[in-house]
Amino acid sequence: MAGLSAINPQFLYVCAGIFLFAIGLWGTWLHAHYVRKIISLNVMGAGVFLTLIAVAYRGENLPPDPVPHALVLTGIVVAVSATALALVIIRRLEDAANE
Amino acid sequence: MNEAASVVWVISLPLLGALLATVWRQHAATIGWVSSALTAGCAVWLLWVVQHAGVQELALGGWEIGLGISLYADGLAAVMVLMSSLVVLGCSVYARQYFRTQRQHELFWPLWLLLATALNALFLAGDLFNVYVTLELLGISASALTALGAKRAALRAALRYLVVGLLGSMLYLMAITLLYAAYGTLNAVQIAEALQVNPLGWAALLLMLAGLALKMALFPLHFWLPPAHSNAPAPVSAALSALVVKAAFYLVVRLWFEVFAPLTTPVLANVLGALGAMAVLWGSWSALRAERLKLLAAYSSVAQLGYLVMFFPLLMVLEGEARQWLFGAMVLFALSHAFAKSALFLAAGILLRYAGHDRIRELSGTTQFLPLTTFIIALAGIALVGLPPSGAFLGKWYLLDAAFQTGQWWWVLVLVVGSLLATAYVFRLLGHAFGHLPAVKRPFVAATQEIPALALALMATFGLGLGAMSLWSWLAQTGTGAGL
Repeated sequence: MAGLSAINPQFLYVCAGIFLFAIGLWGTWLHAHYVRKIISLNVMGAGVFLTLIAVAYRGENLPPDPVPHALVLTGIVVAVSATALALVIIRRLEDAANE
Repeated sequence: MNEAASVVWVISLPLLGALLATVWRQHAATIGWVSSALTAGCAVWLLWVVQHAGVQELALGGWEIGLGISLYADGLAAVMVLMSSLVVLGCSVYARQYFRTQRQHELFWPLWLLLATALNALFLAGDLFNVYVTLELLGISASALTALGAKRAALRAALRYLVVGLLGSMLYLMAITLLYAAYGTLNAVQIAEALQVNPLGWAALLLMLAGLALKMALFPLHFWLPPAHSNAPAPVSAALSALVVKAAFYLVVRLWFEVFAPLTTPVLANVLGALGAMAVLWGSWSALRAERLKLLAAYSSVAQLGYLVMFFPLLMVLEGEARQWLFGAMVLFALSHAFAKSALFLAAGILLRYAGHDRIRELSGTTQFLPLTTFIIALAGIALVGLPPSGAFLGKWYLLDAAFQTGQWWWVLVLVVGSLLATAYVFRLLGHAFGHLPAVKRPFVAATQEIPALALALMATFGLGLGAMSLWSWLAQTGTGAGL
């Protein structure tokens, strides 16, 4: 990431990623309701993925670095499964509350 | 078969077992304990290989390092794999009798074997992204297993456990992103070589430490541990308390002493040590005040993890052979806690079934009612307090010695107060258990429940204490990669 000092698209992407990450962290910590916590965690994940995609950029004439892309794909799979599990547990809890 | 195969088998055997148990449901229990027995065998083999042929590095599928999945087994990793496989084997034998209905078996075994896979893969992971994937696998399977408790409290604890785990992994993943941006590799050894002291490295270190501290329940981030560990089914509680938090601790050790070695300073180590000291005092005090045995065991885990972190500030200032010995003592302490705590949780499970509750105040007559189970609790208690000849005794002894040697006497105070509190909570428990109750009928407890718990407790109290010398020489021979 040589060009971080100048304002360029890569820099903006990284900043946006870190911003999303921070908002997500804030939300996960503060919200009491678990659905909100899960949404915040996904926002946090999106921030990390955005940063990874920005990191993959290697300049105009070069193809992007494939390794961060692979990491993003793996990360998405993990995030989807974890979110699904969390939602199932939340549903079970609500069922138990209604009984 | 070549030597490197042992590294692959300890991961693929439980994974294969998990898949078979999912497909072939009516035999899930048999598949489960057979595959954990085979895994334990392979873990012994792995230790033997590392001892005789040295550190094993493996690039799966022949993909060069940086692209494919790399596995790395040195003395420390092999010892951790053996520890987790033995505890998993003990709990597997126990779980065959513990779950009553076929439905419970069908739900338990695939997740349980996945947990074992994730643990072994984590100990052997050679690059930081694989660590992330195994951490997530571990977190997901552990929280799903906690939810098997099925009661409301268990579901709530499982959900909180999952969210905390995910938060920890996200912090860790962000740190990986920063490291990749700076050094263009994910391999632990390559990052360790390239690492420079700059703000980016600091940010990565702090993010990783925060994420892993959350996962290992380091004070004051321990709030999620007691409900999760005390509401899960007995074999699950045993594995969570003995192994899952230990996996996060193992990563902290690896990152601290190997990957981030140029960045770590005695000041930061002292901060960690202070948090550990607080965990020891707070955890032991809460354990003393706990109403239920499983809650006592869970709080005692918070305290024991605190001791492990207290080794850090001392390791930072020691050098040469003294440092190697202290490092060995820390590993011994971690192993001792794993065996003792799993034995205690398994015994609590037996108590819960036959006495119908685990309220400490009402345990009168347990010695008459369940003599062997009480004996197991006492043995585990010895190892938790750190009385000789347990492994924890040697661990604490070297900690004490190092604190005096380096003139950091304040750790000694924490150690003494913590040990006194531990003695108090173990004896409070035993005091109630020895209370006399006239004419109680002794229930029949299946040997497959008491024997594995007894074996784990004996391992913590006698096995590790007496076998400590060979452990030290293994760690010294194969090195830990940390220049230790």
